[in-house]
Amino acid sequence: MPSKVLFVAAVGSDPRNPWFSWSYVRQNSDTLLAALREHVLLTVVAVLVASLIAIPLALVAYRLEWLSGTILALCGALYTVPSLALFAMLAPFTGLKPVTVLIGLVLYALLTILRGGLTGLRQVPPEVREAARGMGYGKLRLLWRIELPLAMPSIVTGLRIATVTTVALVTVGYVAGHGGFGTLIISGFNNNFYRPQIMTATLACVGLALVFDGLLLLAARATMPWQRRKGSS
Amino acid sequence: MAAPEGILMSVIDDAVTWLNDPLNWTAPDGVIARTIEHLWISAAAVAIACAVAWPIGIWLGHTGRGGGTVVTLANLTRAVPTVALLTIFPLTIIGFGARAIVLALAVFAIPPLLANAYLGLREVDPDVRDAARGMGLSGRQVLTSVELPLAVPYLASGFRTAAVQVLATATLAAFVNGGGLGMIISRGFGLGLVSGGGQVLAGGVIVTLLCLIAEGLLAIAEKRLTPRALRR
Repeated sequence: MPSKVLFVAAVGSDPRNPWFSWSYVRQNSDTLLAALREHVLLTVVAVLVASLIAIPLALVAYRLEWLSGTILALCGALYTVPSLALFAMLAPFTGLKPVTVLIGLVLYALLTILRGGLTGLRQVPPEVREAARGMGYGKLRLLWRIELPLAMPSIVTGLRIATVTTVALVTVGYVAGHGGFGTLIISGFNNNFYRPQIMTATLACVGLALVFDGLLLLAARATMPWQRRKGSS
Repeated sequence: MAAPEGILMSVIDDAVTWLNDPLNWTAPDGVIARTIEHLWISAAAVAIACAVAWPIGIWLGHTGRGGGTVVTLANLTRAVPTVALLTIFPLTIIGFGARAIVLALAVFAIPPLLANAYLGLREVDPDVRDAARGMGLSGRQVLTSVELPLAVPYLASGFRTAAVQVLATATLAAFVNGGGLGMIISRGFGLGLVSGGGQVLAGGVIVTLLCLIAEGLLAIAEKRLTPRALRR
């Protein structure tokens, strides 16, 4: 297509359309902050809700072995559904609202957190469990004092992966009108291939994922000092 | 305002009507043409990713080096949104069109292929490797006749993950007008949910079915490729 070729030439050589531009960041700080707010809010709420569902679900799957296959298969099938397709199936019913994006994000984060929890719980050595039972620990105390703390590293790993993936996935929420930095990336592309906007939003997205990951790592280290000692030895 | 059940039924009705219109299937940008486009974009991306990831993963696994790099790379690509690469690649020297889409998708298919190839080679029992060496096999012979055959289940599992992931992600190509089945959804959203809601839903269902079918077929293929003794 000749028009496309012309466009490519214009995009490729235009000094007014650089990849990085501080003036873009300065002039659009309000827009960027609004996108950041939306991105952070969607990510935090999605991971929180997914954790509140997935961790108890992991406990159920751990306690009831016969149910674990079904739970994992269901979450696995959900994970196979493309994000855009999931939003497409939700949007006609829930509308172009943040809740549409949120439901999709929660469904995707479920499997990762569930797997992390289940792996962690299954890794608790049987002799540790036996010893605790021998000391008179009931089911609930065993879970709270022994099993969950020992499963924590694996749960945190699941949470970290889910958080980073969710940050990237929020961008697809563009289709429902709430994609955080994704909205800026796509609108930058649609508005004359505006590179500074695409690049700034992309870097902000990756940066946000790294910040969340770092925060989770710090929180894990603060709450699990025994892990730090093990790591340094 | 219609009752919520009314809205629900009318969207589903619209989707069924859309799916029942033969023209929506056979038109030049209909479901059939879009499916073919979707499949070839995905196949090309997976093929490129295999050509890059397998030799590197196998070599790293054979030598036992670079495990940390593989993990870091896999983690890093998770943080990069697919839509970012889909919009950035066309604006580089790669240019607009299918090439940029295929390459962007290939980038996301590399980590699972690489990680599984590496893991597959590392999981080979060291005793087996030693025995092969003791029989006088050279490094290359150990690789081709001992390590690689034993790593096939891992390679197959990585392939399945990557292929399904690419098929699902290829839907996003529609954001940059890049073709594939996502275009049906994207066009529906363009019409607005009131008149395009049915098409959006129909598109979502078609893409989901394609991915679930692919997942099922590849799971069967993976099982066939795994020697009976190694099946879990």
